[in-house]
Amino acid sequence: MTDKPSKFEGKVVAKNVLKVDAIKLAMGKPAYTADYMPPGLLHVKILNSPHAHAKITKIDVSKAEALPGVHGVLYHANTPKIIRTTAGQGYPEPSPYDDYMFDTKVRFVGDRVAAVAAETMRIAEKACELIEVEYEILPAILDFEKSRDPGAPVIHDEEEAHVPIPVFYDPKNNHMAHVDFEVGSIEKGIEEADVVIERTVYTQYSQHTPMEPHVTLAYPDDGRIIIRTSTQVPFHARRITAQTLGIPVRKIRVIKPRIGGGFGAKQEVLNEDIAALFVIRTNRPVILELSREEEFVSSRTRHPMRSRIKVGAKKDGTITVLDLEVLSNTGAYGSQGLTVMSNAGSKTLPLYKCDNVRFVGDTVYTNMPVGGAYRGYGATQSYFALETVMDEIAEKIGMDPIELRYKNHIQVGETSPVFKALGEGKEGVDQTIGSCELTECIRLGAEEINWGEPRETSEEHIKRGVGMCILMQGSSIPQIDMGAAYAKINDDGSFNLHVGATDLGTGSDTVLSQIFAEQLDIPLEDVIIYSSDTDMTPFDVGAYASSTTYLSGEAVRKAAEIIKQVIIKVAAEMMNEKKENLECQNKTIFNPDNDNSVTFGEIAKYSLYEHNQFQISSTASHVSTVSPPPFSAHFADVEVDTQTGKVKVIKYVAAVDCGTAIHPKLAEGQTEGSVLNGISYALTEEMLFNDKGKVVNPNFRQYKIYSTKDMFELKTILVPSYEPTGPFGAKSVSEISINGPLPAIANAIYDAVGVLLLYSPFTAEKVLKAIKEKEKT
Amino acid sequence: MEVKHLQKITIEINGEHKKFKIDPSIMLSDLLRENGYFGVKIGCRNGDCGVCTILLDGKTVKSCILYAAQAHERRVTTIEGLGDPLGIPHIIQQAFAETGAVQCGYCTPGMILSTLELLEKNLNPSDQEIKDALDGILCRCTGYVKIFDAVKLSAERLRGEN
Repeated sequence: MTDKPSKFEGKVVAKNVLKVDAIKLAMGKPAYTADYMPPGLLHVKILNSPHAHAKITKIDVSKAEALPGVHGVLYHANTPKIIRTTAGQGYPEPSPYDDYMFDTKVRFVGDRVAAVAAETMRIAEKACELIEVEYEILPAILDFEKSRDPGAPVIHDEEEAHVPIPVFYDPKNNHMAHVDFEVGSIEKGIEEADVVIERTVYTQYSQHTPMEPHVTLAYPDDGRIIIRTSTQVPFHARRITAQTLGIPVRKIRVIKPRIGGGFGAKQEVLNEDIAALFVIRTNRPVILELSREEEFVSSRTRHPMRSRIKVGAKKDGTITVLDLEVLSNTGAYGSQGLTVMSNAGSKTLPLYKCDNVRFVGDTVYTNMPVGGAYRGYGATQSYFALETVMDEIAEKIGMDPIELRYKNHIQVGETSPVFKALGEGKEGVDQTIGSCELTECIRLGAEEINWGEPRETSEEHIKRGVGMCILMQGSSIPQIDMGAAYAKINDDGSFNLHVGATDLGTGSDTVLSQIFAEQLDIPLEDVIIYSSDTDMTPFDVGAYASSTTYLSGEAVRKAAEIIKQVIIKVAAEMMNEKKENLECQNKTIFNPDNDNSVTFGEIAKYSLYEHNQFQISSTASHVSTVSPPPFSAHFADVEVDTQTGKVKVIKYVAAVDCGTAIHPKLAEGQTEGSVLNGISYALTEEMLFNDKGKVVNPNFRQYKIYSTKDMFELKTILVPSYEPTGPFGAKSVSEISINGPLPAIANAIYDAVGVLLLYSPFTAEKVLKAIKEKEKT
Repeated sequence: MEVKHLQKITIEINGEHKKFKIDPSIMLSDLLRENGYFGVKIGCRNGDCGVCTILLDGKTVKSCILYAAQAHERRVTTIEGLGDPLGIPHIIQQAFAETGAVQCGYCTPGMILSTLELLEKNLNPSDQEIKDALDGILCRCTGYVKIFDAVKLSAERLRGEN
């Protein structure tokens, strides 16, 4: 099975052009934050809290400051105390302001206490050991189901804690967020159902583990601070760093060079404030690199969730009720805690046609590592509940799981009340589905996995099973996110394209260049792209919410169209023609009736040097009124060893409708990377804690992500649709496929051995225990 | 400042003989980066993730868990040592770029050097041999599928096909 042909046939779009930075990176050229070492570079080490919840009663930094080679120590008494959020979101953020640069209280093991800048990392580490801190240890909440118990310790007792938008916030009860809505009637839906299934599932703490941990390099520049940083959100990083330090935005320039992966972890403004303040205090360049352990413990994680779902259906498979209740653990700070929880509903429930839908979401504080944005953004957690229950419904009414999905999934021209009911910290946006090839995704995926065919195993104690699920996500946050592009022509008819959009390795610089080239009908080599520099490029919210191709891509397409019109106008003047009579093709403006023509190079030179001189340029911005979902069907073929409980994936298929795949290979790559991350999340990845709330496995030996030896047959099938609101028909692709493995593998394990796992990840121990328990009954 | 006894070592890096005076406790990965070989990446400093992989006398090693002194009078190849100095990529580098094996690129130098080690011994590797050769280098972006494609394309081209 190969990818289906694109519905949009372009000259540059829907083609596998060479990724614009691939050769440079394959040759190992210096390109990342730390690949630049200005002379006099200081190294920063952060002293982190050893306690889950404590007051700092005394802190003495004098010995650390006196250590030769130390250039400064930052802590709560000598730094600005301005409340803010580290969540790299639009302004005003839908996350609570519940965090200071440094505080007199620590709220999780790994929370910031102080930071040292020194000539070498070793001196900085030594200085951290010399900082004397006295703590008054407070009772800690490590079980998120107990956060709101009467008498529970209050984690955010600071008076200033608030959310800068009007939403529910009750920190006195550790209750960080609440959202609910009901359309139709749950009671009526249950009455109408022949079968009702209710289930509660739990997902674990996990970490993004970009191969490059967070790193920030900052240096002084004539009274300003240049921050070169591995971020997904350069513009938010500039704004939030300025806010944290109480300095004007104009003082800061943020540059995102190449970055070694993000996956949401870098949608957080984590370390830029410390680096920038050391630049102000020392007038020296500084670098702050998190260690792998700090990346696990002190950066951001996927919010663990409890999802309780109730689904009802008639015997014919009609779904009569969808009732989802989630409890999300945001850890010690509320970063993205409201929106991740909301997305657990908004990116799942519209998938099925149903008149009676309810969502109740709560997010609570604990003294545990901090949740954040993580690819899938809440949907990953709740799809586990939704898609395993759908299989159980199918079994109960005696219907094939894929038939149940065919019958109920949302289609082109249809809408869901959930779109309007659930937004990002406010009401959502009504939308009608403009493109959907989910039926075809299911059909092709089922064919590729040989759905319904008997399977063999090598040994008696090995059981084989197949499971599937269907998925949707979104493309940008409608009526909130904005992306912009700027273009200008050069003497030779080539173009500079400047975008605020942020390439994390995803290939957005390539994809955006393709869109620009396609709209102008020029070869890709004539586009010189430069991205993610707050001094040099226009604004963009950054790389999150599956927005870049769809949203920034449309800004780029508009910029190309505007500059094309300017070029035609100049050509008309040069040719003494009416612009209505002119056409644009292959870097030439011509009149098809008389063969008059001028090239882009001639037009550029004319406008730059000859007559009525001006710089031919364009700027365009884009905000979407809708967030068209990509769709996907996933299929897992697994073996379960009934003696050990070990689950082995034999084959995995992801069929994806991302509209037009601007660059099919990159779209496949997004899918494959997402799927594999999802598979190790489903089977092995889990942050483990001791009874004091300390992570005990902050390394790759004990926190297992998949390696080449773990690989199986992983098959992506692109099933293009044409999304009318996207550039050349494109929708998003980067997040959706991380949501599939958890339910698809759970369903496959059930198919193999008849047990349904309720707690991820599905380790051998848990699977074996479930098998043994089933044997007893 | 701490006073340190410096040790003199020589290493052949990408065909050039280089002399260093080093703090004996410096790791090879740090020495290489400090001397401009930025293709050597740091991901864990534990030898777990493999992005610091280089070739030492033609064999892949994790340079973040080797002391620089251990490379004394030995031959180091970093990613900068592949391809033409004028910027023309090595066949393997080109294949990685073409197949979509380079997403963020952070694991790419280690993957390419491991591929080189494999293909110098075996131009017809099986799927299992490819998996074994690249094991120990973690990639969070690609799901490895396109990386396997890149190794196969490299092998074909080095065999004179494609």
